[in-house]
Amino acid sequence: MRRSMYSYPLAKGWVQKISTSWRNVMIAIPFFWLLVFFLAPFLIVLKISFAESLIASPPFSSLLEILDDGTLIMRLAYENYSYLWEDPLYVRTYLNSIRISTISTILCLLIGYPMAYAIVRSPSTTRFVLLMLIILPFWSSFLLRVYAWMGLLADQGTINNILIWLGLIDRPLRLMYSELAVHIGIVYSYLPFMILPLYANMEKLDDSLIEASADLGARPIMTFLTVTLPLTVPGMVAGSLLVFIPATGEFVIPDLLGGGNVLMIGRVLYNEFNANHDWPVASAVAIMLLLVLVIPMMIYQHSQSKQAGN
Amino acid sequence: MSHGANHMTQSEPNRRSEPLIKVKGIVKNFGAFTAVDNVDLEIYRGELFSILGASGCGKTTLLRILAGLESPSSGTVFVDGIDITNLPPYERPVNMMFQSYALFPHMTVAHNVAYGLKRDGVAKPELWKRVDEILDMVELSDLSKRKPHQLSGGQRQRVALARALVKQPKVLLLDEPLAALDKRLREQTQFELMRIQEQVGVTFVVVTHDQGEAMTLSDRIAVMDCGRFVQIGSPSRLYEFPKNRFIASFIGSVNMLAGQVVRCDGTLCTIYIPSHDSHFEVEHGEYLDKGAAIWLAVRPEKIRISQTSPTSDMPNQILGIVDDIAYTGNMSTYRVRTEAGDVLEVTHPNQSRAKDSQLVADWGDTAHLCWAPSDAVLFSE
Ligand SMILES: Nc1ncnc2c1ncn2[C@@H]1O[C@H](COP(=O)(O)OP(=O)(O)OP(=O)(O)O)[C@@H](O)[C@H]1O
Ligand SMILES: [Mg+2]
Repeated sequence: MRRSMYSYPLAKGWVQKISTSWRNVMIAIPFFWLLVFFLAPFLIVLKISFAESLIASPPFSSLLEILDDGTLIMRLAYENYSYLWEDPLYVRTYLNSIRISTISTILCLLIGYPMAYAIVRSPSTTRFVLLMLIILPFWSSFLLRVYAWMGLLADQGTINNILIWLGLIDRPLRLMYSELAVHIGIVYSYLPFMILPLYANMEKLDDSLIEASADLGARPIMTFLTVTLPLTVPGMVAGSLLVFIPATGEFVIPDLLGGGNVLMIGRVLYNEFNANHDWPVASAVAIMLLLVLVIPMMIYQHSQSKQAGN
Repeated sequence: MSHGANHMTQSEPNRRSEPLIKVKGIVKNFGAFTAVDNVDLEIYRGELFSILGASGCGKTTLLRILAGLESPSSGTVFVDGIDITNLPPYERPVNMMFQSYALFPHMTVAHNVAYGLKRDGVAKPELWKRVDEILDMVELSDLSKRKPHQLSGGQRQRVALARALVKQPKVLLLDEPLAALDKRLREQTQFELMRIQEQVGVTFVVVTHDQGEAMTLSDRIAVMDCGRFVQIGSPSRLYEFPKNRFIASFIGSVNMLAGQVVRCDGTLCTIYIPSHDSHFEVEHGEYLDKGAAIWLAVRPEKIRISQTSPTSDMPNQILGIVDDIAYTGNMSTYRVRTEAGDVLEVTHPNQSRAKDSQLVADWGDTAHLCWAPSDAVLFSE
């Protein structure tokens, strides 16, 4: 009797130990993944951004150097960053990228919100079909879809041909190689990333809240503004980040649809790497882009968690 | 079993006044399924009216029709003489407290309560004064800055009540208002609800599947089954004069014996119960055909139990053996197996602090049961 009483907590302790160590392993896997595939490449890029450009292979100096007398020195080249400041091209391009992706994100939100709402409100059988239609474009190559837009927007493209045929215009509209084309491309490509988080958010929305609002005397528009809209803010934020972040660094769309007329940071980065072969500056451009995107996010996150804490 | 004693005096509504709510021939079909089947209902001003029924019998559906959240397939709803059948919920003088409370998670308690008043365009100082008053009444003033997820179940329930009440609707609809609460809190809140109802004088329509709750709270109860009303009446009326076997067994517990009418003169009937091979006398105000099949029903607390034989001139005697005793403090429930083999339930108050040996009867004891002819009820089907 006594013995079993003592052995019980011991056995329990073991079980707990094993289960917590299993939990640690499970948590460690994604951490390991992030370490290898995110943090390590980031550190490599960070390292290169502080190196000097060389005509060699690899085309940059190493940061650590062992001098003849055996001392280890580290040489950091800050010029790459100060260069970004000094050449107005970079600042202008950053601002332009952010402006374009902000406008595109807002457009995605304005188009995606009613679409997500309509999908959530539709009967369950239709809902599945509509969701499939949203995801369907992913089944073909992204590049191919952007090329398809070139075919649509070109001077002799489908849209101009139809407008001329309808007699609405005499000469083709200049659609290609404009900011408009870039917006069309971004909105088209990233719309699903706006709709899906919004859909997930709206689907969880409790119908009885809408009913309670109506019961308390709110007309449908008021219910939307005071209940539905505030409760779908998380979906709007998630969708906007999913659109805004990749759109800011987008290369393919501004390159193919914007041509030389639309400056975006993705193209500058590509040029530094491939045309100028200046890996350190290219890396500095990438790191700056990361900071530009991450810092506002962290501020937002901080204010959110502070709000939740109250 | 409480009989809503404090409501006895006001249990029958003033028939001369016009009913506040008048429901006529309401039907609600979901496809081929009929959830509410031709319901007529009249509820009077200031009443606390309950709709009682088993799960799935259409209580919530009926309440939602009153609130305007569901439109009836046919029929009309009048409030204060005005046909509101086609009015949207936001134009009805009716507020609902939801089964799930449906508090707005992104608003504080105070803003939840203020929501309805804001929609009505009540001016700021007046609005917050009313919010403060109602929060005071439900004793939530200290928690007014909290969000719903920071409240206990009982506190949420009170916020939901305050939110519906603050608009001072003509009718307050409450869908299982106490279902989420534990037993103690539920009983406490029942009395609180009754107190609040008396204080504000709003007409309450409460949906519940808990007959004890309905009995405690209500002035009148409508018992619902399969989308229809079976009987409407005061708690004591339903308990003592159930309309049929369904009501008798749904409200409280009852012993039921199958038999035949031997003789009936319009005041006293003699019933033959074949399983006991004996005759029973029942006071019954109607003539019954001789030989008609009948059910004799008698409530557990109406049966007297003793170990000594009652005088032989007492009618309705049954002899049995105590099979089981359930002691519940204030009373004991005896399950007595009769010679015929059926089991009758008898309750007896524990009036003195009896030791086990001084109980009315013990396990395995022979018990004499009897009841007065006026204490049994007859049902023809
Ligand atoms: N939207 C709907 N579509 C189809 N059937 C429904 C719908 N709403 C309710 N029903 C059905 O109508 C019947 C009555 O439902 P209701 O919600 O009114 O029951 P209830 O009496 O409130 O039950 P409970 O006590 O469990 O809440 C149920 O059988 C239910 O399945
Ligand atoms: Mg219900």
